[in-house]
Amino acid sequence: MRIVVPVKHVPDIHSDRGLTPEGRVRRGAEDGTLNELDENAVEAALQIVEALDEAERATSEVVALTVGPVEADAALRKAFQIGVDSAVRLGDDALTGSDVFATATAVAAAVRTLDAQTPVDLVITGMAALDGLGSVVTSLVAAELGLPQLTLASRLSVEHGQVEIERDLDGVTEVLSAPTPAVVSVTDHVNTPRYPNFKLIMAARTKEITVLGLSDVGLAPEVVGAQAARATVVTSAPRPPRPDVELVTDKGEGGLALADYLIRNDLV
Amino acid sequence: MTAPDRTVLVLLDTPAEGLRSPARELLTLARSLGTVTAVALAEPSEATLAGLADQGAASVLVVDLPGDETVGAHLTPVAAEALAAAAEHRGADVVLLTSSFVNREIGALAARSLSAGYVYDASGVTVTEAGLVGVKRVFAGTWDVECAPTTSRSVFTLRSNAVVASSAPVPSAPAVERLAVQPTERATAAVLVSRTPHASAGETSGRPALDEAAYVVAGGRGTLGDFGPVEDLADALGAAVGATRDAVDEGWVGHDAQIGQTGVTIAPRVYVGAGISGAPHHRGGMQASSVIIAVNNDPDSPIFEIADFGVVGDLADVLPQAAQAVRAHKERAAQG
Repeated sequence: MRIVVPVKHVPDIHSDRGLTPEGRVRRGAEDGTLNELDENAVEAALQIVEALDEAERATSEVVALTVGPVEADAALRKAFQIGVDSAVRLGDDALTGSDVFATATAVAAAVRTLDAQTPVDLVITGMAALDGLGSVVTSLVAAELGLPQLTLASRLSVEHGQVEIERDLDGVTEVLSAPTPAVVSVTDHVNTPRYPNFKLIMAARTKEITVLGLSDVGLAPEVVGAQAARATVVTSAPRPPRPDVELVTDKGEGGLALADYLIRNDLV
Repeated sequence: MTAPDRTVLVLLDTPAEGLRSPARELLTLARSLGTVTAVALAEPSEATLAGLADQGAASVLVVDLPGDETVGAHLTPVAAEALAAAAEHRGADVVLLTSSFVNREIGALAARSLSAGYVYDASGVTVTEAGLVGVKRVFAGTWDVECAPTTSRSVFTLRSNAVVASSAPVPSAPAVERLAVQPTERATAAVLVSRTPHASAGETSGRPALDEAAYVVAGGRGTLGDFGPVEDLADALGAAVGATRDAVDEGWVGHDAQIGQTGVTIAPRVYVGAGISGAPHHRGGMQASSVIIAVNNDPDSPIFEIADFGVVGDLADVLPQAAQAVRAHKERAAQG
């Protein structure tokens, strides 16, 4: 079983996030981290491999894959800490400014390259990247690869070459099934990611990251990056801060104060 | 500044039932952009057809898909192929969808095959001399961004409550047309084993749907599992009930009530958060609300940093008292 887990290096949601004058997400090395929701994808991949018998486990591999500049290695190091076997970064200056379509093209090309070396059975992603919150790249990667998509899994099982997921959305629970190879995304309800243990934290520092360029994955520079983007950010600005809160301490009349706020502001 | 020469497609979410408010919002926006065709992936009901007439839609394109439900329009890639085929058939310039998780995927896949520009989660679409621009709120509602597709065709998904729905000045008599679409093998490679609608909170409680509601009262860990006070104020206000991820994980409320960046994103007129600390995860789903009110017994809760009005106190005391006062006010107002 070979599982590729595409992960993203994103600004920490606790940091002061913003956009550059070019309308790109500001990515400082200090505030960058492994997208938290990708930990669920890594955990899901590890659990699938751990459930195999010993012989199968010996030939299995969980590969973390990211697309980005050298700073994105931090996300791969974190994936090593959680327990992935190997890590690949597709990095190329021409990738700067990629939209969701170009990102999917790049991820799919890297998966194809890995698949040509040793067949890939599953691609598992998190449900969203916490910077863009689009939840669309997984679906686009599946389309690029021509594989079935099973997205937003809150339960995932893989048996006898068949993937089954359950997902909760818009007032309905669905069960979807497809043969491997397949592309899956998992929600933050699918599992609880393990804490890195000390041994893995130490080992993650020196593990090797394979760095690929666009030519290594068979992509021309013009199909990715800002030059291929189908939409551009024309303006971006932080919103003005909200005025200070009007705070009341409840001494028996806090509810009345709340109702009064609604009434005097014409909100009821 | 309208340009009625544009052909605008609107994907209907619930054609077999009727037009919910997000669909009316989309149709209202679509009308300002050009000539509107609604796309239905199921047989439209009488209520839907009446709603489309009220919205001034020129036509409705009903897409016929072969096979049963397991390989039908509930599969995202199938719906995307149907929508793209409808856009090709009509020569659409603009395609609009509501912004659910599934619709964002459908929009992305359709845009991919149409080589169209794509803006998801827009809170508006404006017309400029250079073309259409999608307006977005990002980073938990702290930044405003305008995105302009650079392609002749574009696909937008729109958040609820972004546009005020209104009837067309002159109702239309929408022509019903049909289009047969054969999904590709790839689109049906994953099959639907089962599909089980939840006992909808809205249907049993009479409360509005969370993602459409103008008023939302949400509870978190501070409720200690008792959502009674939250529901009490919600009912006084005519609000939907929401919750934090913690409260959902504890099993206190259903998954459909989860507000946050991995749950429902809301932007109601009034949001009341009770017993909610205001973790970034939750803020990401509600910070775009017009008025934010917080009730929490910890004066240092981060939610007070983004609130317009706050009560430091026990929600079990504050919410019922507020509910009673709101009801009394409404009764007085009703009596004139």
